[in-house]
Amino acid sequence: MKRRTLLGSAAALVAASALPALAHGEKLKVGFIYVGPVGDGGWTFQHDLARKAVLEKYGDRVETTFIESVPEGADAERAITQLALSGHKLIFTTSFGFMDATVNVAKKFPDVKFEHATGYKTAENLATYDARFYEGRAVMGTIAGRMTKSNKIGYIGSFPIPEVVQGINSSYLHAKKVNPDVEMKVVWAYTWFDPAKEADAAAALIAEGVDVILQHTDSTAPLAKAQEAGAIGFGQASDMAAFKPTPRVSSIIDNWAPYYIKRVGAVLGGTWTSHSVWLGIGEGEVEIGEITEAVPAEVKAEAEALKAKIASGEYHPFTGPLKKQDGSDWLAEGQTASDEDLRGMNFYVEGITAPMPK
Amino acid sequence: MMTVLILLMGAATPILFAALGELVVERAGVLNLGVEGMMIGGALAGFAAAHATGSPAVGFAVAALAGAALSMLFAVMTQYLLSNQVATGLALVLFGLGLTAMFGKPYEGVKAPAMMAGPLGLNGMIWLGLALVPAVWWGLTRTRPGLILRAVGENHDAAHALGYPVRRVRILAIAFGGAMAGMGGAYVSIATVLQWTEGMTAGAGWIALAIVVFAQWNPWGVLAGAWLFGGVTVLQLRLQAAGVAVPVQLLSMAPYLATILVLVLISARQKFGRSGGGSAPGSLGRSFHALR
Repeated sequence: MKRRTLLGSAAALVAASALPALAHGEKLKVGFIYVGPVGDGGWTFQHDLARKAVLEKYGDRVETTFIESVPEGADAERAITQLALSGHKLIFTTSFGFMDATVNVAKKFPDVKFEHATGYKTAENLATYDARFYEGRAVMGTIAGRMTKSNKIGYIGSFPIPEVVQGINSSYLHAKKVNPDVEMKVVWAYTWFDPAKEADAAAALIAEGVDVILQHTDSTAPLAKAQEAGAIGFGQASDMAAFKPTPRVSSIIDNWAPYYIKRVGAVLGGTWTSHSVWLGIGEGEVEIGEITEAVPAEVKAEAEALKAKIASGEYHPFTGPLKKQDGSDWLAEGQTASDEDLRGMNFYVEGITAPMPK
Repeated sequence: MMTVLILLMGAATPILFAALGELVVERAGVLNLGVEGMMIGGALAGFAAAHATGSPAVGFAVAALAGAALSMLFAVMTQYLLSNQVATGLALVLFGLGLTAMFGKPYEGVKAPAMMAGPLGLNGMIWLGLALVPAVWWGLTRTRPGLILRAVGENHDAAHALGYPVRRVRILAIAFGGAMAGMGGAYVSIATVLQWTEGMTAGAGWIALAIVVFAQWNPWGVLAGAWLFGGVTVLQLRLQAAGVAVPVQLLSMAPYLATILVLVLISARQKFGRSGGGSAPGSLGRSFHALR
């Protein structure tokens, strides 16, 4: 596994360094580091769509390079350095695990702008951006709670990091809200992308009696498995429309294009400054894919109403009273979770029986 | 219990196929590290064929051909041009991953035809994999071609002196290994994941290589190793789904630790002279040239 990814990235590096050194002129070179292959049909696929949107918007004024399947570790630093050395003035690193590597490279190249997705470390030339996926999860959770017949819903987690824990909690809370009997089973795959493992994880959940699967990994394998077993699931990161109308009954779509276009524009215009943003449904960064006819009309209406309330800011998915898994108080009546709380979320809410991995 | 067993056998099948094939290759004295590349080639070719014809069986047949075809690149390089086997095998992995990423684009998001469940809820490929274990064992140890193959692997100069066609035997073994790896890869795309995704074999080929060593070049050991690896994967996911706190990292490490442990035991046994030595084929990884 390690060896494969290492070799893969080595090949990618060779490919990247073999690109002809083009005359600079006025062109802005923008680099992208992807954690998976562009063809994953999920997370990386969406980042690449946004890259293409940047190209379309600015045409001849920009030039983009991407390195795909970069492992989260020492190799990432090498890949990012490679982009910085080859004249890229704006570099997007698109996975949480690239955080420290990006910080290190950003220190060495003060005149290059860096944008790191889903992290929390910023610098003068390093901005972070993130999407409030948990807002989308609230909508998925509502549908899941209504659609389950066995009252067991399953969640395939990638790594136990706050982003994923938020998703589990948000899905569970909103499923529970519409279906008090619902139970949540959690399986950690410890990978962002491994179709065979994800399929096995889905199979394990189905064998436990789960009939609605939420996934926080990037391939469409769990959906294929759900289809085989007659269960349902949701598109993750990308619409995964090939599985419409069922098993994919809706999806959370990450739409990075507006942000990327804005930030590339800022560099072109010389107005780029570092920041840390966290955008959600309201800003259009998190989209809810079409809810198909496999979902009853009243459930669809309920889900869409929730989405509208979140978008307008009227409702926050983490609104008290809420307790933590161990029964201790977290949020008081009417209180909403602060961003700081969410970014460090490392506990389940009350009612989830699965143990939290250490 | 039954479902765990079915899941376990499903998870073990791709690595069982690939490892059995590699075992035969290594018993012929050739170290082909390109298993991952041939698997991914088989995964794509098999998926494409199954999708086009609607028949998983045709898919597996085409996957075997594709795996064998890829392995022939390796065979020509190492057997005729005498290139380094390790480097050529690694190149085959990169080549396979790159080639399939390119040709696989049209198949992204396409679905596979359903596999037919066989007796006891296990599909035909699981049964075929199980049947191949005794078949390979019998072929290697109880037949004349098997004896020749092992002779070529143990000492290619002696086999050559006895008039055996070293190069031809090895090429056939490499083709067999390629076909098996191709079918193993196709199992991932056609039966496990039910679709094509770039890089989908995700290191199964490397696990197959480790299993051959773990098994000490014995087909029954390969079966045990495949079940150990497959079992650990399935079991930890099942335990998690059942809400049991499992040390996932420890469990994931277990098969590799077992492999290292086996290696240590073997070398200890060699060192303290309790038996005649390890079971690695004598000419493993060495190029053969009739004039040298």
